[in-house]
Amino acid sequence: MTNTIVIAELNKGSIHSTTKELISAAQMLGNSCTVVVPCNDSSVADSISSVSGVTKIIVAKSEIFTSYDASGWASAIDSVTPEGTIITSASPQSKDLAARLAARRKLSVVQDVVSIQDGNLTSPVYSGKAMQTVSTSGNTVVSIRQNVFDPSPDGGSAEVSVIDASGNVTTAVKELISRASERLDVSEANIIISGGRGMGSPDNFTHLEQIADTLGAAVGASRAAVDTWDDIPHSMQVGQTGKTVNPNLYIAVGISGAIQHLAGMRSSKYIVAINKDADAPIFQHADYGIVATWEEALPVLQSSLSAMM
Amino acid sequence: MTKIAVLVKQVPDTNSKIVISGNSVDLSSVKMVMSPYDEFAVENALRHKESVGGTVTAITVGGPSAEKVLKDAKAIGVDEIVRIDCDSYLDSNALQSILSSMISESGFEVVYCGKSAADTGAGSTGPGIAEHLGWASVSNITESNSEGNFTVVAPLNDGNAIIEVPIPAVITCDKGNTKVRKPNVKGIMQAKRAQVDVRSCEVPASAVSIVNQSLPPAKPEGKMYEGGQSASEVARLLRDEANII
Repeated sequence: MTNTIVIAELNKGSIHSTTKELISAAQMLGNSCTVVVPCNDSSVADSISSVSGVTKIIVAKSEIFTSYDASGWASAIDSVTPEGTIITSASPQSKDLAARLAARRKLSVVQDVVSIQDGNLTSPVYSGKAMQTVSTSGNTVVSIRQNVFDPSPDGGSAEVSVIDASGNVTTAVKELISRASERLDVSEANIIISGGRGMGSPDNFTHLEQIADTLGAAVGASRAAVDTWDDIPHSMQVGQTGKTVNPNLYIAVGISGAIQHLAGMRSSKYIVAINKDADAPIFQHADYGIVATWEEALPVLQSSLSAMM
Repeated sequence: MTKIAVLVKQVPDTNSKIVISGNSVDLSSVKMVMSPYDEFAVENALRHKESVGGTVTAITVGGPSAEKVLKDAKAIGVDEIVRIDCDSYLDSNALQSILSSMISESGFEVVYCGKSAADTGAGSTGPGIAEHLGWASVSNITESNSEGNFTVVAPLNDGNAIIEVPIPAVITCDKGNTKVRKPNVKGIMQAKRAQVDVRSCEVPASAVSIVNQSLPPAKPEGKMYEGGQSASEVARLLRDEANII
């Protein structure tokens, strides 16, 4: 069996819950799972030290890890990571890191894995219109989509070592541009509510924002909405030329379900569609479909959800 | 005079239906186009040349049929077009080895590519090549500025950042607000006559092989409701059936 090394996924200075999913995936690919935690505060690792299936935790401590630089992170992580198959999250930043780490070790990388069977890896291709299964020989680097594998439960006790890491940072941040809105980004959210041109006007997105606030969700948009209204920024766009998302729940409001949009959200765990047109293609992908105008459906949804929270 | 390269890839039109025959995707009747993000890469490469001077070379890896995307790039305004002749399956390491040796032998200083190709969606090529070459890289940029110090705008720490990038570097491009230029008649005529520089390459072994391709599993039919009032029932199901709320 292969050694596996999980690179912990970080989010705002702490370990992202998807790391436990990566540990589950690691157990399907080999034994003796080591978790490497890139951070500049070693207490960050405490939250995973009792996760089942982890034999060793290496805390890679460096100032480098306060801000992402592809070359710096890859060289610093490489310097503390033992040989084996490396597993990362398939977030945009971690896919970039996975590609760098693989190239650094002259290994191949398989991105966006959603299923592992007998060592074979399956990922969506052609924007999710097909699935591709590959076999690998030797060590590889694998990135894993969020919300697909069950998290590894608690019940282990791993040995923790802290190593000071250093790497070759090449780029320099000149200025941070704060996000236009303080809202959660669609690429980080577990629940997303998106609006399309069927919302009628960008002002009506406030109705989506209210539900988003109730659920702790992010607000997204279709390409049609982004292209039509200047007030809906491209950063909200879900789809082929926007963001690919994989939340637990995706609520599509006034979105017809063009191929371009489906490409970005079809792998969501649950999909709710609200559209006044019963023939809208989005309904073929919805777990729960409501044929109604948003004006009729959203207030009811809002009050029902509020009552549950 | 900056030598700029832009990597382009031919992929099925993203609006086309994907058909499986046997164990693999059948692309024989699908219209092939330049991968959408590569269009932003070409645009950023041309703007880079326009502000500092130099040349832009579009490079693709593939068989003769892949030359159409090179002609498309030529019609938009790139100077040279190169096809690395290899029609077999390449895993990420094999592809990056081929491209990085060609890039370093030809003396390119800046390489642009799309943030991912519309077929694999992987996004490994740009950062992988940068690592092979020992260069800086920034992925998923939405803007670039090559007047003065070279800077790009890319997502960072839950927002965006203006990042200064030392050259040589590999830049992968997202959509952003950059408007992509369209070919004009003169460009299209020039592209028709343009010679493709065909290079041979040694094909390294791949450690990854495709076992099969299939359609995604069909989703079980969803529950449909009429009228806005049913939203309360859907909310209940999200809590009791889906266990999400």
